Amino acid sequence: MKPTDIKNPEYFHKVVDCQHACPAHTPVPEYIRLIAAERYTDAYMVNWRSNVFPGILGRTCDRPCEPACRRVRVEEEPVAICRLKRVAADNKDDITDRLPKIPSKSNGKRIALIGAGPASLTVARDLAPLGYSIDIYDNQFAGGGMMRSQIPTFRLPVDVLDEEVNYILNMGVTTTFNIEVDSLKEILDKSYDAVFIGTGAPRGKGLNLPGLEDAMSNVYLGIDWLSSVAFEHTRSIGKRVLVLGGGNTAMDCCRTSRRMGGEDVRVVVRSPFDDMKASPWEKADAAHEGIPIFNNHVPREFVVEGGKLKGMNFEKVEAKYDEDGNRTLIPIENGMVFMEADDVLMAIGQENAFPWIERDLGIEFDKWDMPVVDKVTFQSTNGKVFFGGDSAFGPENIITAVAHGHQAAVSIDLFCRGEDVNKRPPPQVTLASQKMGVHEWSYDNAVENDQRYIVPLAPLQKTLKDRKVEVELGFDIAVGFKEAERCLNCDVQTVFDELRCIECDACIDICPTDCISFTTNGSEDDLRSRLEAPAPELSQDLYISADLPTMRVMVKDENVCLHCGLCAERCPTTAWDMQKFLYNVSQAGQ
Amino acid sequence: MSYQVPKFRHPDLPQNDLGYTKADYEGTISTLCAGCGHDSISGSIVRACHELSIEPHKIAKLSGIGCSSKTPAYFLGQSHGFNSVHGRMPSVVTGAALANRDLVYLGVSGDGDTASIGMGQFAHVARRNLNMVYIVMNNGCYGLTKGQDSATADRGSASKKGDPNIYSSIDLCGTALQMGATFVARSFSGDKDQLLPLIKAAMSHRGFAVIDVVSPCVTFNNNPQSTKSYEFVREHSEATGTIDFVPMHKEITAKYQPGSSHEVTMHDGSSLRLFKADESLNPFDRRSAITALEDHRYSGSILTGLIYINEDSRDLHEVLETSQRPLNELDETDLCPGNKMLMNINASLR
Repeated sequence: MKPTDIKNPEYFHKVVDCQHACPAHTPVPEYIRLIAAERYTDAYMVNWRSNVFPGILGRTCDRPCEPACRRVRVEEEPVAICRLKRVAADNKDDITDRLPKIPSKSNGKRIALIGAGPASLTVARDLAPLGYSIDIYDNQFAGGGMMRSQIPTFRLPVDVLDEEVNYILNMGVTTTFNIEVDSLKEILDKSYDAVFIGTGAPRGKGLNLPGLEDAMSNVYLGIDWLSSVAFEHTRSIGKRVLVLGGGNTAMDCCRTSRRMGGEDVRVVVRSPFDDMKASPWEKADAAHEGIPIFNNHVPREFVVEGGKLKGMNFEKVEAKYDEDGNRTLIPIENGMVFMEADDVLMAIGQENAFPWIERDLGIEFDKWDMPVVDKVTFQSTNGKVFFGGDSAFGPENIITAVAHGHQAAVSIDLFCRGEDVNKRPPPQVTLASQKMGVHEWSYDNAVENDQRYIVPLAPLQKTLKDRKVEVELGFDIAVGFKEAERCLNCDVQTVFDELRCIECDACIDICPTDCISFTTNGSEDDLRSRLEAPAPELSQDLYISADLPTMRVMVKDENVCLHCGLCAERCPTTAWDMQKFLYNVSQAGQ
Repeated sequence: MSYQVPKFRHPDLPQNDLGYTKADYEGTISTLCAGCGHDSISGSIVRACHELSIEPHKIAKLSGIGCSSKTPAYFLGQSHGFNSVHGRMPSVVTGAALANRDLVYLGVSGDGDTASIGMGQFAHVARRNLNMVYIVMNNGCYGLTKGQDSATADRGSASKKGDPNIYSSIDLCGTALQMGATFVARSFSGDKDQLLPLIKAAMSHRGFAVIDVVSPCVTFNNNPQSTKSYEFVREHSEATGTIDFVPMHKEITAKYQPGSSHEVTMHDGSSLRLFKADESLNPFDRRSAITALEDHRYSGSILTGLIYINEDSRDLHEVLETSQRPLNELDETDLCPGNKMLMNINASLR
C-alpha cells in the first residue's frame, strides 16, 4: 500500500466518526470537550456555526453520529452526543453578542427563500451576514417549518424553537408569513438574484383500503394531524386510536394521541419490530408511555358499522429474508385480526409535491415529477433556483436540511458573485500538537469506563396530562460532565513521523487495543491478514507510513484506536504525536 | 502522564486454548522510560505465555533488582511473583522450584543483577541445571543509577555521557555454556519475530534455559558510540538461523523443504524446527557453540538466535531424584515415617 496522505483533510476527518457521520459535519469532540470544561457558551457556538439549531437538535436530532461513535466498537453504548448538545444549549449564557454582525448596508443582492424551515433558515443565517437582502415566505404563522408543525411540544418546547429561529429572523430578514406561495413564476418575476426552495416534503401518504370512504371522518394523515394539533385546531382524539406506520412520525402520533384523550393507543406496523424506521429511543419512549407496538400486521380494511368507523382488520404476516436480505411478508394462515378504533392515524410516509412550480421556468423535472437538483451545489437546471432540505431529494431530517442549507448558501453566494458554483471552497482545517510536557497532553486522554448515563424523565402522570410538558429533562451539569468524559477524543489524531522512529516497538506493546503493527508492506488484503490484531472492518482505514530503516512500515488500524495517547507517551523520539484535528466545512463567504 | 492503561481491548482478540486473551496475561502499566527495550521483552513474554496457553496461576515470575527486575510488575499480572534481593533471584527460584516442581519458573534479571552482583548465583544455577527460564535484559549499563557501564558493556563502547569502556566484557551466553546451561540463546528486544519463539522454546525446555536479550537503554545507552543501541544491534546482529515453535497438540501445517531444517522434540511434546543460516554452528554441540560465539566476538558482530540446546538435558529434580509429587503437596503422613519405623532405625543404631 502507498503511504497514507495525512495532508488530505478527508483522511483524518474520517477518523472522527461522529463528525464524519453528521451531515453538517459538526465538530463533535471539540464541543464535548468544551462542555467538560464547563464552557457551555463556547460549546454552543461550535454547534451553532455547524448546525444552527443546537437546542432544537439537542432534543430532536436523528443522531446519525451516535451509531458511528467509536465507543460502540469497544463497548455497548455510544456517547450521548445529542443530549450533550442539549447540555450546551441549556447552560449557555446570552449569545447575542457572539452572533455574526449584520452589515448596515446591503450588498445589493436579493434572495427569496420559500419555506421557513431549517434549510431556508440556514441559508438566511449564512447569507444575511454577507449583506444579502433576504425575503422569507411561509404558509405558517411563524418560522420553523416542520420543526414547529410536526415535532410535538413535549419533545421540543416552543420557547426553545422560537429562540433559535429568532436568532436568524432577527438578522434583518424580511418575513412574509401566513401566505401560500402558489406560483414560483410570481416570485421570479420579482427579479430576485436567486431563489431557494425549502418547502419540505409536505404531503402525507395515505392507504386506500376498502371502507376508507365511509371511515374518512375518523381517519387522518399523520403529519397533517400533528400540525393541526400544534396549531391547536385539533384538541382531542377518540379513546381508542390506531396509528399505522413504523417511523418517527408514527411515534409522534401515538404519543401525542396519549395526550389528546387516547387511552388505548396502538401502533400497528407491517414490518418486524427491528426493521421499523423509527429511532430506537423513540420506540422506547412510546413503550414507556404504555403504547404497544403490534408488528407484522398488514392493514387490510376499515371496518365501518352504521356509517361509523368501528375498527380495522389486519393480516398477520411473517417476514422472510432472502440471501440478499430482501424481505417478503408471508401471510400467516387464519391470521386475520380485528382491532377496535375510534380514530386512525396514517403515518406511513410523506413526499414532496410541487404543484406551485410552473413547468416552463427552465426547471427540469424527472420521471417521478421531482426537480433535477445537483447533489453538491443544490442548483436546479434554472441557475437562479436552488433547492434544499426535504424538497431537494425527499424526506430526511433536520440536520440534513441544515447541511443542504449551508451548501446551497455557498452556491448562491458564488452564483451571485458570478463565480462557478462547482468550485467548492476547501474545508477549514487545523492540526496542532497537544503536547504540553514530557507525558502531558492538553486534552484529557484518560479513557473513562463509565456506561452511558440515563437521561431523567418528567413523571408520566404529569407529561401525559399536558402535551406541552417536556418529557426529557436533560442531563444536569454533573451528569453532563460525566457523559462528556466518555468521549474518546477521536479528533486528537495519532500522527506518525517515520523519520523519527527508531523501531523500538514501545507503541505496539502499550497499545491497549493492538492497533499498531510494524511489518513488511503488502496489498491491503494481505496487510489486514497479518496485523497484531484482526482488522476485518474494511470501512475503517489503515494508516500506512513510508518505509522504515528495516524496510518495514508502520500500519495502524484506525478501527478501535482509543486515542488514549499511550503510543505517543511511550515513544522515546516523539515519532508519535497527538495532534488535534479541527475540521470545519467552509461556509458562504469563507 | 498516564498511570493506567484503558480497560477497553480489541473486541476480536484471539483466545488461546484456555479461552484467555492476551489481555489476561498483561500486568500494570510500565513505569520504565518510554522506548525501553525491557517493555518489548515484557510484551514478548505476555504473548509467549498466551500463545502457549499456560494457565497464569501455573507461572511464577521472579526477579532481583534493577530496571529489568521491575518488569515482572508489567506482565503476567495474575501469576505468582517474587521480587527478591539484588543478584539473589536464582536462590529464590531454586527454593521455590524444589518445593513445587509443577510451576513454570521465569526468572528475569539484568546485566548488573546477573553479571556483577549475581554472577556467583548465575554460575551455580546454570551448573545445577535448574528447570527455569532465565531472561537477561541486557542493556550494558546501570540505567537505574544513571547509566554507568555494566560488566556486559563491550570494551570501547561508550554510553551517552561516558568515556569508552576500558574493561573486557562478560559474554553471558559464553558463561552459561561454560557453566553447563542446557539451552542458550541470544536475542534482541527489537526483534520479536526471533525472540517470541525463543521464549516459547525456553519455556518448553526442561533444564536451565537462558536467553540473553540485548535491550537498549534509550535514556543512557542508545547513542552512536554504544554497541547496545537499537541501531548498532540491528546493523551488527547475525542470526544463527530462524526457529519455528510448534506447541504440543498442534498440527504442523507449514511445509518445509527437506534437509533445510532440523526438528527437535521438546520435553513437553512440543517441537522446535531449526532453520540454520550459519553452517559452521552446530547448536547441538557445545564446543561448536563456544567457537561460534568466539568467532563472532572476534569479528565484532553479535550472534543471535538459538546457540545451544541439549536435547538430553537432565534437570535438577531428575539429578536429585526428588519426588514426582511436588514437595509442598506432601503432608505429614507422606513425610513422617511413623513411630514403628523410628523405633526400627533407633534399634539399628543401638
